[in-house]
Amino acid sequence: MIQATLKQLSQQLADKKVSAVELAAAYLDRIEALNPALNAFITVDREKTLAAAQAADARRAGGDTGALVGVPVAHKDIFCQQGWKTSCGSRMLDNFIAPYSANVIEQCDAAGLVSLGRTNMDEFAMGSSNENSYYGAVKNPWDLAAIPGGSSGGSAAAVAARMTPVATGTDTGGSIRQPASHCGITGIKPTYGVVSRYGMVAYASSLDQGGPLAQTAEDCALMLNVMAGFDARDSTSLERAKEDYSRELNQPLAGLKVGLPREYFAEGLSADVARVITAAVAELKKLGASVVDVSLPNTELSIPAYYVIAPAEASANLSRYDGVRYGHRATEYKDLVEMYEKTRAEGFGSEVKRRIMVGSYVLSHGYYDAYYLKAQKIRRLIANDFTAAFGDCDVILGPVAPTAAFNIGEKSGDPVQMYLSDIYTLSVNLAGLPAMSVPAGFADNGRPVGLQIIGNYFAEAKMLNVAHQFQQATDWHQRVPGL
Amino acid sequence: MSLTHQDVARIAQLSRIAVTEAEIEAVGAQLNNIFGLIEKMQAVNTDGIEPMAHPQDVSLRLREDVVTETNHRDAYQAVAPLVEKGLFLVPKVIE
Repeated sequence: MIQATLKQLSQQLADKKVSAVELAAAYLDRIEALNPALNAFITVDREKTLAAAQAADARRAGGDTGALVGVPVAHKDIFCQQGWKTSCGSRMLDNFIAPYSANVIEQCDAAGLVSLGRTNMDEFAMGSSNENSYYGAVKNPWDLAAIPGGSSGGSAAAVAARMTPVATGTDTGGSIRQPASHCGITGIKPTYGVVSRYGMVAYASSLDQGGPLAQTAEDCALMLNVMAGFDARDSTSLERAKEDYSRELNQPLAGLKVGLPREYFAEGLSADVARVITAAVAELKKLGASVVDVSLPNTELSIPAYYVIAPAEASANLSRYDGVRYGHRATEYKDLVEMYEKTRAEGFGSEVKRRIMVGSYVLSHGYYDAYYLKAQKIRRLIANDFTAAFGDCDVILGPVAPTAAFNIGEKSGDPVQMYLSDIYTLSVNLAGLPAMSVPAGFADNGRPVGLQIIGNYFAEAKMLNVAHQFQQATDWHQRVPGL
Repeated sequence: MSLTHQDVARIAQLSRIAVTEAEIEAVGAQLNNIFGLIEKMQAVNTDGIEPMAHPQDVSLRLREDVVTETNHRDAYQAVAPLVEKGLFLVPKVIE
């Protein structure tokens, strides 16, 4: 049961082979057993979860045939969830019990999903390794010495360790795809504006986007059906009709044109990751896809552009943590300014402070044009590269990260080295495109490697189709870590 | 570009984050490394390129000027560090 996919659990619940309460209890037991080693969850509340499971069973007994009623889910600790601690991985919000729920939580609740708890993450979603959490690093279930990736590292580790069948995450610069790749699971970041940001603690508002992490592409499609949709409370939410993201899953891939950007296979990509991606492309060719060479010439510029735009927006967003309305407040101060300065010095970790300071500087008087505006122009160049490439292909394939998961502690002392590992994920966020990571094999050290599938705007159903067909022909997504 | 200790102190002050004398050296070194990375942008010619704020280039929606929020004061103040009679308390600002 614990190995089952979302789709299988949905069927078992419909067939009355298992109740929501039994499911919730089984997953809670597994979380209790594994979390001391993995640290994937920040908060678990057995009573709340079992009450939600009872309510789900009552819904089914009352005739509710919703596919996901009673299926367990774990939420990244970035989505406000009424009555639950919503820490965002930060000491600043360690005492914050959300007084309302995010749109994503509302939609999951309405669909009858049962919350198992709140997953660990890099503080305020800033990080690529999950080492930046106030609650300690998450361990990779495949190798406890390895990082799980970040920032949705707790969600990815929880799905990989089968502590939950599915989890929510957010992706500002790769934070769904990179941990999904490092943990050997499937995750999708939708087109910017598809999933509402209402109630999602803000990092970089023009890049932040929610999405699911699960075992399979099919499960991601089912979850995205729940999470996506227009929401007037998010000013950048897109007014589009609801769509069924699973509608194209079973289409054959004959005639599919996949683009391989030469910049994604150049210097910097480790040989074993290249081997895995090349084999995955060969598999798709067997399924009828043809390969075209494409170019994304401004790929390298995505790193400086991202590390201007994201910190700039973060410095504005995180100015709300002033110790006045919620969150941490320093205990001793002589005036208001000192209260702010001490509250923020104590409440934020070092990476968050660094990004706020970078952001404050690039937005300060006289520098706006040289940094933020310049980065927004480069952002356009990057988006134009993709538009040109999609003139020649249906989807773009490549690695998610230059190497498999690195060791805990390996890069934590050098922020710039950490930033450089985001090279294949950042440009997708800058362009606002959808992209996903699909398990595709293992590196020489036995750690998982994901294949990145990048789609054109609103091509989620097509990407999920490619991923699903790949998963019908391969079993990488069914491999589980020995725990 | 290279930030001096004075620059770092100024940035910390703009950010409302207390940075101690002991921290300033290390913080400055890391910020300098990050700005070294960012400076690579300056070599790119972006003349005539329109800056991109939203991938779909949508502008902000307008709505009717009507009240849409209900009163949640008690719930929202329940998570505040210091409140009294419905007010958020801060150190004295005006003498």
